[in-house]
Amino acid sequence: MGDHPPVLFELRDVGLDRGGRAVLDSFSAQIPEGATAIVGPSGAGKSTLLRLLNRLADPGRGEISYRGRPLSAYEPLALRREVALVPQLPALLEGTVESNLRYAADLAGEPLEVDETLARAGLDPSFADRDVAKLSVGEQQRAMLARALAQRPAVLLLDEPTSALDHAARDAVEATLARLRAESGLSLVLVSHDPEQARRLGDRVVEMPA
Amino acid sequence: MSTSIHVELWQVAASLLLVALATAISRWQRAGLERDIVVATVRSIVQLTLVGYAIKLIFDVDSIWLVLLLLAVMVLFGAITARHRADKVPDSFGPLLIALALAGGTTLGLVVALGIFDPTPRYLVPVGGMVIGNAMTASAVALNRLGDEMADARARIEATLALGATAREAAAPTVRRALRSGMIALVDSTKTTGLIFFPGTMVGMLLAGASPTDAVRLQLILLYTLLGSVSISALVATLLAYRNFFTPATQLRDPEAAKPQKFVV
Repeated sequence: MGDHPPVLFELRDVGLDRGGRAVLDSFSAQIPEGATAIVGPSGAGKSTLLRLLNRLADPGRGEISYRGRPLSAYEPLALRREVALVPQLPALLEGTVESNLRYAADLAGEPLEVDETLARAGLDPSFADRDVAKLSVGEQQRAMLARALAQRPAVLLLDEPTSALDHAARDAVEATLARLRAESGLSLVLVSHDPEQARRLGDRVVEMPA
Repeated sequence: MSTSIHVELWQVAASLLLVALATAISRWQRAGLERDIVVATVRSIVQLTLVGYAIKLIFDVDSIWLVLLLLAVMVLFGAITARHRADKVPDSFGPLLIALALAGGTTLGLVVALGIFDPTPRYLVPVGGMVIGNAMTASAVALNRLGDEMADARARIEATLALGATAREAAAPTVRRALRSGMIALVDSTKTTGLIFFPGTMVGMLLAGASPTDAVRLQLILLYTLLGSVSISALVATLLAYRNFFTPATQLRDPEAAKPQKFVV
């Protein structure tokens, strides 16, 4: 990676209102390839920002581009398979972990290697047949990560990926993310309320004002 | 049907004694329903009397156009009534109107085309009323459930959209449950019919002096007709209404945008 990695996302004066209140206002930033951590106090619009990056919402003001093209020019469904969001709260579909992975892989038209995908998210193969309703929140978060990886995205958007985890599980997920980057050249954009974690995981840190 | 019975006004008046009993029970147990019972009784007298005259007029004129007009009015008022129950569904009126019109049109058209009923006011008015009334209840229950489920499942639906699923794919489990809840009541009551309750048509025909065989046969036809109409209306209403939760860019709409609609009849 050179000194100036290519720009993934460029945000110019981006704003979004919800219920008559601005959840994001005049926000500008550049997010290059690699790992970018977004930090800021709660209520700063960090989760909203991630949702804007894969068009789960569109900005009310300003412009966002992805790889030099306006985000609005991308077909939303195709964009979401390339720029995968892992939400803060796990929200798996009823069924087993494997059925969730298969659902995601089928949507993306990707072949599925169950064991390998689980391993990339730090889960052992025994998880494939587990009922998602019987997983702990930490296990569900990793199953969500595995599900996103099953689509072989180019960019992972991670919303507080370790918020529900204890220290040991957090370290495991951080190690997983570091390994993912090193092995597959995946770009990460992760939101964290923890500046220490942002420094550990991010090549660069973007601060959001309160 | 050649059988008919004559009911005197004093017989109706005498049955009001049971309304008095209901009011007394409410007052005694402080259920607070006395006023509602009186309002319900007065409304039932006024509404049914007016409808009675309207039906008599329609029977006398014997015009298919007048029947169609009456059915159209039923569909319109049915959709307006059902949208109150579907207040968490954005713009539910259009889906409900189309659902009721399709359910009424298809089932009535089919029973006439199959030669089960003649296309005359004597059949189309009462059967149409039952068909549209049941279709209204089913679509209202289905959309009420859809509104609740879409709110509860918001996180899961958005997480599914985040995988690049279409709105249809992301909403599929929710739509399925809503459709089911719209249909289940009639399916269950059809299962237990005759065991736990006697359906109204059969009771009416027996009281009017028809043979039990005829009463049962007509009741069966009506039950199956209603099953058809209920499933069509619940299906059409849910399949049209779930789209209103999504934007054209396949995003979940802001729940603030789906304010309950005020539309008073």
